[in-house]
Amino acid sequence: MTQETGNIITLKNVNKWYGEFHVLKDINLDVKMGEKIVICGPSGSGKSTMIRCINHLEEHQEGDIIVDGVILNNDLKNIGQIRKEVGMVFQHFNLFPHLTVLQNCTLAPIWVKKMPQKEAEKIAMKFLERVKIPDQANKFPGQLSGGQQQRVAIARSLCMNPRVMLFDEPTSALDPEMIKEVLDVMVELAGEGMTMLCVTHEMGFAKKVADRVIFMDAGQIIEENDPESFFNNPQSERTKLFLSQVLGH
Amino acid sequence: MCWSLRFCWAFLAVYGADYIMNPNNRNGLSRLFYNPTARSLFFQALILGLLLYFVMTIVGNVMTNLNQRGISTGFGFLSQPAGFGISQTLIEYNETFTFGRTFFVGLLNTLLVSFLGVIAATFLGVVVGISRISPNWLLRKISMVYVEILRNIPLLLQIFFWYYVVLQTLPRPRDSLSFGESIFINIRGVFVPKPVPDAGFSFYIALLVAAVVAVVALTIWAKRRMRDTGQQFPVFWTSIAILFGTAVIGFFITGRPIMLDYPELRGLNFRGGITILPELIALWFALTIYTSTYIGEIVRSGIESVSHGQTEACRALGLNEGHRMKLVILPQAMRVMIPPMTSQYLNLTKNSSLATAIGYPDLVSVFAGTTLNQTGQAIEIISMTMLVYLTISLLVSAFMNWFNRRVALVER
Ligand SMILES: Nc1ncnc2c1ncn2[C@@H]1O[C@H](COP(=O)(O)OP(=O)(O)OP(=O)(O)O)[C@@H](O)[C@H]1O
Ligand SMILES: [Mg+2]
Repeated sequence: MTQETGNIITLKNVNKWYGEFHVLKDINLDVKMGEKIVICGPSGSGKSTMIRCINHLEEHQEGDIIVDGVILNNDLKNIGQIRKEVGMVFQHFNLFPHLTVLQNCTLAPIWVKKMPQKEAEKIAMKFLERVKIPDQANKFPGQLSGGQQQRVAIARSLCMNPRVMLFDEPTSALDPEMIKEVLDVMVELAGEGMTMLCVTHEMGFAKKVADRVIFMDAGQIIEENDPESFFNNPQSERTKLFLSQVLGH
Repeated sequence: MCWSLRFCWAFLAVYGADYIMNPNNRNGLSRLFYNPTARSLFFQALILGLLLYFVMTIVGNVMTNLNQRGISTGFGFLSQPAGFGISQTLIEYNETFTFGRTFFVGLLNTLLVSFLGVIAATFLGVVVGISRISPNWLLRKISMVYVEILRNIPLLLQIFFWYYVVLQTLPRPRDSLSFGESIFINIRGVFVPKPVPDAGFSFYIALLVAAVVAVVALTIWAKRRMRDTGQQFPVFWTSIAILFGTAVIGFFITGRPIMLDYPELRGLNFRGGITILPELIALWFALTIYTSTYIGEIVRSGIESVSHGQTEACRALGLNEGHRMKLVILPQAMRVMIPPMTSQYLNLTKNSSLATAIGYPDLVSVFAGTTLNQTGQAIEIISMTMLVYLTISLLVSAFMNWFNRRVALVER
């Protein structure tokens, strides 16, 4: 299907409404395997809504979304298939507070992938080491700092061995000193070739890892470019205004 | 003289208080006053002292009054013969048994209706609570109307409704509604066959026990297999099949070890079998339905209290809806639900004393009613009855607290 083009995610003329409100207007986006995309734009422009459509946390009404050759419609099997391949990290972590860090990481592999507990734990420990908190494995989320919790959330997603990771403002609920530890993990992940779509206002991160920066406003993709040209030579007035606000102070 | 006394008092009040309250005066008294432990101890001792004084005064008064009227005190009456019958007795009882026995008969009747009520109200309440947040519009509206109407009608009225409006309109024994000539329903209650053990009964019981053991073993095995290989096993349905199958097949291969004693119409009423009193049914229905509305709201708010982010995280990880409820939402909702559930269980137990209104022989009706009337030992009987409710409440609370601690979240 879309395999031959090398695209892992394709959005074709995607439209979405909340009642009367037109949130996503004719979104077209192709993401290649291993590509790192940073999405930015003013608040309320539809960034979260767009990436949440990709794993069907939100439903789109028009257009096609194709993930790794599977078309996203109301078929529960397709949705399940796509969610297995797409990991997501939320602004507020959304860890399971009644489970330990290790159990948070093994829950989905055990119940969704039907993996033996021992194996799931081994994999979980591997990823907890990757995010540099193996020593917290038996603590509960409530006992960790925000930065540590977000790293657990990343490890939890990685345990499902996804082909794509979606990040929705992963650092904007964190104190400045914790932002770096999370970004470091994400930079490392990018270095390993993971396909990433990341909504963030961390422009340093965008410059460092992004292959492409996408600017959204009022439900539309206004501009997309490589970080170099995006930051130094923005095309539209709205992008210029946004950049001056974000980078200005 | 009078003036100077007043002046002294005012002086003491103003400067004395100031002296004591001022933390800079580092003498023993003010240090004590500002020590939180000493302070709380002091107030507790004060309250305890007042309470003791109050109780002693009352007890003293009562004793004098009783002596003057010549009423004997003590628990001697418990061993005197009761001389009255009780319509429902779970243990052997007739008029020749003692007043002490009436206490236990009443207590067991209270426990029976409370137990049945708690089980049914929990079940119904969970169904109502889940319906309240179901995506199905009709179900949502029906359950909302159910809750809004039934929790706003006084419980006593609901008991009367079931007893007088529904059950008293049933036919007389001669025209009973009959189900397969073995279950009969009429104005005197529900009559069902009574199982009586026959030859081979103990063998049958042994078979059933073996089935239960097999189910436990299966559960452990399935859990272990899942941990080691990740394969899931339909434990619930297999267990049901094992238990049900053993009960049915075992019944025939052990040569039908249970005889049924069928109720039979003799004269004006049925004899034999088990009689379920209309009073019990009315009380049980009313308690169940009334309490289920509250439990429904508790279940609903418990589930709703779990943030939507948890649901999104589950979906993003690919967990299905059943797993989401079972593994993530309910365990978290439980910790919010347990304390208010406890008080609903306690309310139901205490509300069961409304039995008196329709003559169901519960503890209050039999012991604090009939027995009290016949013996006049008000203090002993009322305090025994109160002690029973207090004990039940404390036991239930203790159990629920223990349970609550087990599911509590670990926070920083
Ligand atoms: N469930 C909803 N119902 C109605 N409107 C919604 C809903 N969710 C989001 N919206 C609206 O859709 C628009 C886009 O929201 P979205 O969360 O995608 O913005 P965003 O670009 O992620 O903003 P932010 O940077 O603040 O996170 C907003 O105007 C928001 O008010
Ligand atoms: Mg957003």
